[in-house]
Amino acid sequence: MTIPDTSATPVPRDAEPIKAIPVRHPGRWVAVAVIAVLVAMFVHLLLTNDAFHWEFMFRNMFTPPVLRGVAGTVVITILSMIIGVLLGIVVAVARLSNNPILRGVAWAYTWFFRAVPRYVLLIVMGNLGILWSRLEVGVPFDTYLGRLFGVEDAQWRLFGLDTRDLLSGFTVGVLGLALSEAAYMAEIVRAGMLSVDPGQDEAATALGMSRGQALRRVVLPQAMRVIIPPTGNESIAMLKDTSLLIAVPVTDELFFQLSAIGNRYFLIFPMLVAAMLWYLFLVSILLVGQYFLEKRFSRGYGRADKAKMKLEGLAAEHGANPELP
Amino acid sequence: MSTPARHRAPDDEPSADAGPMVRAENVHKAFGHVKVLRGIDVTVPRGNVCVVLGPSGSGKSTFLRCINHLEKIDAGRIWVDGKLVGYQQKGDKLHELHDKAVAAQRREIGMVFQRFNLFPHMCALENVMEAPTLVKGQSKAQARRRGIELLDRVGLAEKAGNYPSQLSGGQQQRVAIARALAMDPKLMLFDEPTSALDPELVGDVLDAMKDLARSGMTMVVVTHEIGFAREVGDQLIFMDEGVVVESGAPREVLANPQHPRTRDFLSKVL
Repeated sequence: MTIPDTSATPVPRDAEPIKAIPVRHPGRWVAVAVIAVLVAMFVHLLLTNDAFHWEFMFRNMFTPPVLRGVAGTVVITILSMIIGVLLGIVVAVARLSNNPILRGVAWAYTWFFRAVPRYVLLIVMGNLGILWSRLEVGVPFDTYLGRLFGVEDAQWRLFGLDTRDLLSGFTVGVLGLALSEAAYMAEIVRAGMLSVDPGQDEAATALGMSRGQALRRVVLPQAMRVIIPPTGNESIAMLKDTSLLIAVPVTDELFFQLSAIGNRYFLIFPMLVAAMLWYLFLVSILLVGQYFLEKRFSRGYGRADKAKMKLEGLAAEHGANPELP
Repeated sequence: MSTPARHRAPDDEPSADAGPMVRAENVHKAFGHVKVLRGIDVTVPRGNVCVVLGPSGSGKSTFLRCINHLEKIDAGRIWVDGKLVGYQQKGDKLHELHDKAVAAQRREIGMVFQRFNLFPHMCALENVMEAPTLVKGQSKAQARRRGIELLDRVGLAEKAGNYPSQLSGGQQQRVAIARALAMDPKLMLFDEPTSALDPELVGDVLDAMKDLARSGMTMVVVTHEIGFAREVGDQLIFMDEGVVVESGAPREVLANPQHPRTRDFLSKVL
């Protein structure tokens, strides 16, 4: 060994790559064998039991009423989630506002709709027509107020609608699910907003942005990273909870249609399996959507390669070359 | 800016054009029972660089944050460019300003934070463009041109498309300076801008700040960089336990501190 000459620049040297025998994992092979046997047993179970009525199931799981039910389930899921998320953001912002009245109302909202089971809520909303056959907007306590001023049977109403016209099964279903969802989304959005470094809001404020601007452009986009994964969960739960709509009742819905067929032919179990397969398929599509959304909102948290594309995009947007060195 | 750089304006009653850029009078601030500021009087003439030194917990950062009303003061007055910060005097009554009016005041005051606080979901250029387009309503093309110009000024034009996570601390802080400058502020506040940086990255940020000081920007800088204070500062304020212990020309205060607490502090950091 010679003492290195410190005056010279060090030169990188070649090195022999390491050749080592990798660690063996016999446990993994045992696990594979056990799992293979279990899978074979399960497939045996599925194929040899005639009670599954596979042929009947496949014949009936794509009939027009079922497909209508699928469409209904998807549309109701999407609508209730959109309303639920938007209302949830509003409630979350109210919950975190400086205004004590807004804060209180938002708290009461989440308290009520998280406390009432969805199934019960849907039944109650489906039966609102018992309480009021007409819904009217006007001065509250008008008849009583009228009596105070000596007017008999005062009806100070602006407009009114028949409850049955206003609240069709579909509307009640979407509304019930959305109202309940908003309470959960509010908590998710609130957690997301609280996860954003307060320095972000401060920096935005120091630049002269209003509270709303800071919220919309700085805080919420960053909160999205935290909000989206649980929202994916919520969407999946929502898709499945459309099967509760029978409480309203809404019949253009996947599970009702499938079990109706099962009941009609006295072959209940095959149609239950069909329902599971349909829900598996629909949820899988949701998972793909969630993957892309998560990618979109993890901007700025990934690695370098996307950055150049972003700049090119910015340049293209304004039809000019940024003339960077 | 009407007054040329380094010109010391007379310390008159604050008025819109001729008076000092920042004037603080007997400023008090407490967090709960902890009195952080206990009567601060500071005057920063236009074009001056005022360096604020002091041990941690002395209230330097709090005072800085009071200047753009990120913290509400409990007593005293602060004027920036002759206008009362956060309040309006009507007769003998003081009215709180509406959020919108406070935001309008902040537009003219740039601030650079210790932890940069860049928006992580926007690339460097978008960070710089955001406030001018959103708050001032500048066109995107105009804000982009100015943004690239400012990034170039802090030596980061080629990093325009990088996200903050792809930049070193020193680069992030220089983007933050460019972001604040994009609003064309009259006054720049720096809250320990180099304290979170690796030692070899401090120089670039200080260079950007020196460049800014030479251009005549009025600056209030909370820092521990004694070299910067000596080289760039026009006035130095030493704070301890919520009061200004000593102030004066940086070279004089640093070379010949009068107060024992200043001496004690300088002996530890020099």
